[in-house]
Amino acid sequence: MTFSDFTTLLPETVLVVWASVLLLLDAFILKARKGWTALLAAAGLAVALGFALAQGSGLGSAFGGMVVSDGFATFMEALAAASGVVGILLAYDYLKRLEIARGEYYILLLFSVAGAMLMAKAADLMVMFLALELLSIPLYVLSAFARKREDGEEAALKYFLLGAFAAAFLVYGIAMTYGATGSTTIAAIAAAVSAGSANMLLLALGGGLLLVGLGFKIAAVPFHMWTPDVYQGAPSSVTGFMAVSAKVGGMAALLRVLVLAFPQLGGQLTPIVWAIALLTMLVGNLAALAQKNIKRMLAYSSIAHVGYMLVAVVAFADAKLAPAAVAAVLFYLLAYAVTNFGAWAVVIALERAEGKGLEIADYAGLGRRHPWLALAMTVFMLSFGGFPPTVGFVGKFYLFRVAVEGGFIGLAVVGVLASVVSVYYYMRVVTTMYMKEGEPEARGDGWLNLSVGAAAIVTVVLGVVVAPAFQWALQAVLRL
Amino acid sequence: MDFLMNPLNLMTFFPLVGVAIILLIPRERKDAIRWTAVITSLVSFFVSLQMLMAFHAQNPGFQMVYDKVWMKTGGFEIHYALGVDGLSILLVLLTTLLTPISIFSAWTAIEDRVKEFAIAFLVMEVGMLGVFLALDLFTFFVFWEFSLVPMYFIIGIWGGPRRTYSAIKFMLYTMVGSVLMLVAILWLGLSQGTFSLPELLAKGSVPAHLQTWLFWAFALAFAIKVPMWPLHSWLPDAHVEAPTAGSVILAGVLLKMGTYGFLRFNLSLFPEASVRFAVPIAVLAIIGIIYGAMVAYAQKDFKKLVAYTSVSHLGFVMLGLFALNARGIAGGILQMINHGISTGALFLIVGIIYERTHTRDLSAFGGLWKIMPIYGAFSIIVALSSMGLPGMNGFIGEFTILMGAFESPVLGPAFAISAALGIVLAAVYILVMLQKVFLGPVKEKNLSLKDLNWREITVMAVLTVFIFWIGLHPAPFFNLMMPAVEKMAGGLQAAVLAMH
Repeated sequence: MTFSDFTTLLPETVLVVWASVLLLLDAFILKARKGWTALLAAAGLAVALGFALAQGSGLGSAFGGMVVSDGFATFMEALAAASGVVGILLAYDYLKRLEIARGEYYILLLFSVAGAMLMAKAADLMVMFLALELLSIPLYVLSAFARKREDGEEAALKYFLLGAFAAAFLVYGIAMTYGATGSTTIAAIAAAVSAGSANMLLLALGGGLLLVGLGFKIAAVPFHMWTPDVYQGAPSSVTGFMAVSAKVGGMAALLRVLVLAFPQLGGQLTPIVWAIALLTMLVGNLAALAQKNIKRMLAYSSIAHVGYMLVAVVAFADAKLAPAAVAAVLFYLLAYAVTNFGAWAVVIALERAEGKGLEIADYAGLGRRHPWLALAMTVFMLSFGGFPPTVGFVGKFYLFRVAVEGGFIGLAVVGVLASVVSVYYYMRVVTTMYMKEGEPEARGDGWLNLSVGAAAIVTVVLGVVVAPAFQWALQAVLRL
Repeated sequence: MDFLMNPLNLMTFFPLVGVAIILLIPRERKDAIRWTAVITSLVSFFVSLQMLMAFHAQNPGFQMVYDKVWMKTGGFEIHYALGVDGLSILLVLLTTLLTPISIFSAWTAIEDRVKEFAIAFLVMEVGMLGVFLALDLFTFFVFWEFSLVPMYFIIGIWGGPRRTYSAIKFMLYTMVGSVLMLVAILWLGLSQGTFSLPELLAKGSVPAHLQTWLFWAFALAFAIKVPMWPLHSWLPDAHVEAPTAGSVILAGVLLKMGTYGFLRFNLSLFPEASVRFAVPIAVLAIIGIIYGAMVAYAQKDFKKLVAYTSVSHLGFVMLGLFALNARGIAGGILQMINHGISTGALFLIVGIIYERTHTRDLSAFGGLWKIMPIYGAFSIIVALSSMGLPGMNGFIGEFTILMGAFESPVLGPAFAISAALGIVLAAVYILVMLQKVFLGPVKEKNLSLKDLNWREITVMAVLTVFIFWIGLHPAPFFNLMMPAVEKMAGGLQAAVLAMH
């Protein structure tokens, strides 16, 4: 272990240490002043984000190849840290309104972000598993943060049980992979496969089980069952955060494992990923059609967005196309994250005590009462639906471009048609806001409004000025 | 700055300046908002006239081209590219003309949420102009898809009782076609290595097996937009529910995006497939002509009648385009303009009477000629032009199209004769309509109706000038498009010869 091992893990270390310190500090912060905890947590995230960005395209691997710092990890870490910051911005006023303002919220959130960041860096399956648990366990707790609410407790328990189940799949997959190749390090697995010394049958089984475990984290169909209940039951600020951070972590691990460790398993895994992508798009979009509750609708829509991302992941085994596929997924994650934060911020602005204000019908008349909020929500819905000139459109364009170039034209056609279906339920929100009469109440502090406004502007700006962000995603290459 | 020095960019994006100003005006000051919207769109109109001055009609290629790399990512480039040529210039002028007219026409009809209305119209203009000017497939798609959103709001907020249903139907119908076109654009762009239209044209023709798929993927998107029979069912809903100004733009410009798409992409990028599938498309066009006319005749609702005439008239346009010769294409383009003017004016006529009586039931009128003589005079001119009376614009367009179809290397006299039946049917529904509304006894409740005010007269007079101008002296309009049309017809001719 050398000093450089630790500098490689600096962003994660900062977060974990800072979260632990904050846990002690929080005891001395008066109950009415929990804003300080929020501020200190955000400061910690900002420092971690700074360190992550400073690493740039990376220092290489550390701890004997168990973690690696590359451009890919940096991109994902930045997204995870940003989602943490937004998770705090959304929560501050909201938690007070729901009378659940406690310092632990921010601390748990820091731990979870650290887990997501570590997942992006994990170059060894064991580290990946530890990171996944570090990401998930705080999320289980956060889901039940509105303690006395029954749906919150149900959500947390469901999430925990199914999460534990998925973790078991993951461990089993790791074990199989270890059995097949004699190592858990991604570089060693890849080397064993190309040397021909791996037991391919065992490896394919291991790969399949890993896919199940990670598929659960990113809520791909058929491992998505928990999503609507958890997204609905958890406090909205937690959902807004977790809808991005958990997917960032899961997608990071999935891409790294598939592209670097299993490119040789294309024959076995490509049809599986293809089918999962197809099902995820269809089930997510069709189920979202029937939702009346905005949180459930956004939950199913988040499933659908994972489906779109998987369309590009299908090309993982194509060595020529894989970098473009990875870049497309990263860019889409960015697009999804920005839009998602904005949408959840609007949901939080309209949510009232005891879960009122969460039906889509409650948005009636928003266009008259709060024109700016309605305009911002329209931008987010259009971006989710893939309309230009928003970032959601460009993101989809790149995803489907990978599918078309890889020869998966059928999948691309299903994907674009599924997105037409999605337009129906996204536009229903817009229709309700502008074309139905009502007296919705919206509230929120400056931080929340800032989140809404900034997300709306970024959604449009990234849809027009695409090159810098996409260039960043393109440079975010994976390396062994 | 370089960006706005190009008249095409300036014209396309200037409406956004108006949007910014309108956002700053308090919503109670409705007249200030209306004036800002009209003046902004008039500025775009004047810039389009400046473009017309600078346009070299003899040059068949793209002019005033503005081409910049938009995103260069991972092995392929996407350009932001605008340009104008003989195929698009008239449609651009139609758009910049009809936008101020329709905003102006909605002065008293729209009293609720004027601010949003003005913004929606100006944003709409950006989308429409972009569609007609785009020289890059990606740029085109962005504008194409973008233009759906303001129209969705225009129908959905200011429309009639079934507005939300019609708005979403309009959007979903169009999107089904356009997303498949997106896949086709990707396929075409990636297989040819470029998304730029001039480069694709210079590369020559796309491999035959690809052409068939791509032709139909593009054709579906455009056929829904036109709309061609049997994909037209969104149109009556959208038209009937839309506010008058929305119907004017929808019929006048948005439907042309479909026919223009056929012209710009299907005919020029897939000439062999166009030759191969000209007959089925022309058959659908003829069915549309006759079906639209017959259904129009059966309507009791004034606005629905006008809506179905669009199906019929755009059938003529499609027939002209797929005659695949210079005459047919030129007639098709001119008929797009004619339809924009005449049907736009017809929707205004419906709107004017609806604003006064709040009904569109044809049997509620009668004898209006005596009560509203100015209104009656304009209505008869417009109706006869829509019917294709010689001396007016409709005649020139339809006659040229029929000649084109008659001489066409792929169609022939049978098509021209069946289409001519549509003209006869048009006379039937137009005359019946005129009779019901303007002749006969006056209904008592209509006795106090006021004739046109100065705003309405201005709007109708402008359109009437064009009706007679094109009808009596169409040469300047043909001159603008002919070199480009002949170039395209040359390419199609070569494809015909190669096929036979």
